[in-house]
Amino acid sequence: MTEPVVVLENVDKIFGEGAEDQVQALQEINLQIEQNDFVSLIGPSGCGKSTLLRVVGDLIQPSSGDTTINGKSARQARLDQDYGIVFQAATLYDWRTVAKNVQLPLELMQFSRSEKDRRTQAMLELVELTDFAAHFPWQLSGGMQQRVAIARALSFEPSILLMDEPFGALDEMTRERLNLELLNIWRKTGTTVIFVTHSITEAVFLSTRVIVMSARPGRITADIAIDLPQPRNSETRSNVRFFELETEVRDALRISEGGREVSQVSA
Amino acid sequence: MSESRQRIWAPLLILVALVILWETLVTAFNIQQFLLPKPSAILGNLAQVVVTGGTASADESGAERSLNNRFFVVLPGRLTPEVEEHLQSARWLEFPIGGRSVHVVRGSNLTPILAASWFTLKEALGGMAMGTLAGVAVALATTRWTASREALLPFAIAANSMPIIAFAPIMNNWFGIDNPFSKMAIVTVMIFFPIMINTLRGLISVDSRSLELMHSYAAGDSEILFKLRIPNALPSLFSGLKVAGALAMIGAIVGEYFGGPRIALGVFITQEAALFRFASAWAAIIVACLIGITIYLVILLAERLALPWHPTFRK
Ligand SMILES: Nc1ncnc2c1ncn2[C@@H]1O[C@H](COP(=O)(O)OP(=O)(O)OP(=O)(O)O)[C@@H](O)[C@H]1O
Ligand SMILES: [Mg+2]
Repeated sequence: MTEPVVVLENVDKIFGEGAEDQVQALQEINLQIEQNDFVSLIGPSGCGKSTLLRVVGDLIQPSSGDTTINGKSARQARLDQDYGIVFQAATLYDWRTVAKNVQLPLELMQFSRSEKDRRTQAMLELVELTDFAAHFPWQLSGGMQQRVAIARALSFEPSILLMDEPFGALDEMTRERLNLELLNIWRKTGTTVIFVTHSITEAVFLSTRVIVMSARPGRITADIAIDLPQPRNSETRSNVRFFELETEVRDALRISEGGREVSQVSA
Repeated sequence: MSESRQRIWAPLLILVALVILWETLVTAFNIQQFLLPKPSAILGNLAQVVVTGGTASADESGAERSLNNRFFVVLPGRLTPEVEEHLQSARWLEFPIGGRSVHVVRGSNLTPILAASWFTLKEALGGMAMGTLAGVAVALATTRWTASREALLPFAIAANSMPIIAFAPIMNNWFGIDNPFSKMAIVTVMIFFPIMINTLRGLISVDSRSLELMHSYAAGDSEILFKLRIPNALPSLFSGLKVAGALAMIGAIVGEYFGGPRIALGVFITQEAALFRFASAWAAIIVACLIGITIYLVILLAERLALPWHPTFRK
């Protein structure tokens, strides 16, 4: 058995100083993610999902605890360019066209010119933005901007994909199509995905594991294996097991939140 | 009417209205011309025939060259009928005064004003180039070496609070009154701060998510500088340049008030005013304004070309 891709041991993250301002965003997070896992994080707003992603991606340091990524420190993994990150906000560069935004990581990673063009082309096709290659970000809708960000993260086939509500701003049809595309890429490249979402259905449909978190302090309250057959497709959604798992995740969320925010989360 | 047309016509209409109002008020209240000449007098001054003279020179081209190099107006425009008549046919005339030979050249006051403006414009542009280079360089250095920010900023602020009136004569002493470099130095010091502070703001006020994106790709400092900080700073650099463009002409002209070659615009204006040729002084002031506006428009155009993505140009 190969060693896990992500290992978090007793990770705590406290923001702010002084008893008044302190926020315990993460508490005693213990988590192991295996190669080619597709893990969804679900939980109420402010429970620390983005923070957890940022700790894994070495964009912030945990207050205590250890992170090991691909058998090395998170910092080394970042320096080795193991991560492809889709942030909660699209975070495109205003001065770059859509195509140039997608190319940014390829430029930084010294891809050859022809390879850069080929991948940019393929990624824009994937997110159906070929016609907008020469547009600037402000000329796109929020959902289109988010698709550019997804194309940018996928373009260099990172070994770990960290996606923070990547499909939040998309319409249902695009969302379902990109769900399938994402699964395709995930299967083909053998990448490991950590995926934040507010949609129970999406979490169950995509994942091999759903991790439920609770707020203040942010903790893991449930870890549900999704044993639906692969590959997932439109039939998956009509599988009886699909509904059982959805209910299981919903109940776990309800317990973690005392039933308060469940309706909001599942909406 | 399209919006862009309206943007041109509205100010033009206001300008014409103001000029007409100015003309009527000066006429109606019989205001002395040394207080405020009529617009028609100022425009007339730019068109009228005046007499200018140079030092002794044998041929016509030499006379014109001396005109351009070190012209001075010898008479306020009143000529003897003979000279007047001669100038109807010839472009220039030479006659002796007190043992020296003086050239009388047919031309308008526009010629000397333009020559003076060109001289001063070169000072302004030279100072702008140096001030911009220095401002951008210091901004880049303070971004790269954060520690240098605390060390350099007090000096930048000191340079900014230096009274230009006190500074100008010193520069004239340092570099020589007739040396254009003395005025360039004044302009450099004047525009250094707006350029530096605007560029610095653009370089360091980078969106934290954009920075995280770079970090997630393990981008190095220089990649972050070239692919994120500098593009992010260009819009504020241009705001700095617009301020600097307005200051540059002012700086050069103020510097010339404290002395400079006769060809300089500031010297021209002071001399004309001292000789009670107010229409001529005003004409020079208006040309200086037009040059200031032109510099601004050129910067605006450059901005439009350099930043096609910028929000200001979103339609
Ligand atoms: N940089 C920061 N400084 C201080 N507090 C922070 C910071 N980032 C996050 N927090 C706090 O940490 C907690 C978790 O935030 P986080 O962004 O991880 O939540 P989330 O689960 O992603 O929420 P959402 O679903 O709304 O995106 C929140 O209470 C937030 O206020
Ligand atoms: Mg979040």
